[in-house]
Amino acid sequence: MVAVAGLAVGLFLNVFKSNIQLFYSPSEVADGLVPDGAEFKVGGLVAANSVARQGDGLTVEFLLTDNANTIPIRYTGILPDLFREGQGTVSVGKLNRDGVFVASKVLAKHDENYMPPEVADALEKAKEKGAYGGDTVIMQ
Amino acid sequence: MFQWFHRLASLKNFYRLAEIITPWLTVICAGLLAVGLYRGLVVAPTDYEQGESYRIIYVHVPSAWMSMFIYMVIAFCSAIYLIWKMKLADIVAQVSAPMGAAFTFLALSTGSLWGKPMWGTWWEWDARLTSELILLFLYIGYMALRNALDSPAAGAKAAAILALVGVVNIPIIHYSVEWWNTLHQPASITKFDTPSIHISMLIPLLLMALGFKLFYLVNMLSKTRSVILEREASTSWVRSRLQENKL
Repeated sequence: MVAVAGLAVGLFLNVFKSNIQLFYSPSEVADGLVPDGAEFKVGGLVAANSVARQGDGLTVEFLLTDNANTIPIRYTGILPDLFREGQGTVSVGKLNRDGVFVASKVLAKHDENYMPPEVADALEKAKEKGAYGGDTVIMQ
Repeated sequence: MFQWFHRLASLKNFYRLAEIITPWLTVICAGLLAVGLYRGLVVAPTDYEQGESYRIIYVHVPSAWMSMFIYMVIAFCSAIYLIWKMKLADIVAQVSAPMGAAFTFLALSTGSLWGKPMWGTWWEWDARLTSELILLFLYIGYMALRNALDSPAAGAKAAAILALVGVVNIPIIHYSVEWWNTLHQPASITKFDTPSIHISMLIPLLLMALGFKLFYLVNMLSKTRSVILEREASTSWVRSRLQENKL
C-alpha cells in the first residue's frame, strides 16, 4: 500500500514537473518556448545601467538578461525593496507585438548570501583590486 | 542495548525518565532562546541588502527546520509502531503532530511577512512554498485521520501509513530550490559548502535552532506524560502515584 501510494506521488510529480518551474529565462523567450498570447513568468538578472523611469514616475523600463539573451520589460507600479540592477527578478505578464514584455507584477529574487554591510564593502573592494576570486558574491 | 531499549519503551519507565529530565531541558531551552533572540535581534549586524528585515530568519529558518524535523520524528515513530507495535512510539507521533503543524504554519506565515516587502508578494506558487504548504496539509490530514476512525488503534495505524507515505515530500521541500527555478533563495547553511551567511549572523541562528529543538522536546515530553497517564489510568503504578499525590 505504501509502495502504491509512493508510486502515485511519483507519477503525479512527473506530470507536474513541467508546470512546477516558476519562470522562463530570456533565452527560452528568445527561442519561442513560451506560451503565445498568454500570461507567463520570466526571470533573470536586471541588466546593469538599463533601468529607466518614465515621466509619470511609476512606469519603469529595464532589460532582463541571463547573460546569453536579453529582453526589454515595461512595468507600471511599485517595485519591491530588493529590486535593483544586477539583482535577480521574476516578472509576470505578456509579450506585446514589439517583443516588449509588459509586466503586471515584478518580484525581486533574493540570493542566499547574508552579511554585514562592511563585509560586503570589503568584498567589493577586494573584487575591484582583483584579489578576490569572486564566487561568493555572484548575484543571482 | 536491546534490553535498554525495551525498558525505555515501558511507559512507566519513560514517564519517570521524562519527569527527571524535563526541568533541566526547560532551563537550557529558556537560556538558549533568550541568548539567541538577544544576539539575533540586538547584537547581530544588519544585512547589506535587506537591512533589518532579514532578522525574521531567526524565527523563520528554525521553524522551517523544525517543521521537517518533527515530520521525520513522526515518520520514524510510525515505522516503529507499525513494525514492533511499540505503544510509546505511537504516543510520541500523536503528540508531535500538532507541534509540527504549528511550526509549519509559523514558517509559512513568517515567510509571507518577509516576502511582501522583499519579493513584492505575500505568496507565490513556487516549488518551495507549495511543498511546505503540502507539509501543512499532511500534518492536518494526519491529525484528522487519527481521529476519524472509530477505534483508536485503527486510527493510529492508518495515520502511521499516511505519515510514511508523506515522507516523499521532505526531500522535495529540501531540494525544491535546486531542482526548479524558484523565487525562494537556495540554502545558506544546509549544504556541503561553507555557509553563505556571515559568522556573526550564523551563531545566533544556530542558538535559536537548538533552542527550538529543545522547546519541541520539552513540550513533547510533557504531552507524552499526559497521554501516558490517560492510557495507563487503570494501572497500579498510576493509582499509587495518585494516592501519594505525585504525578
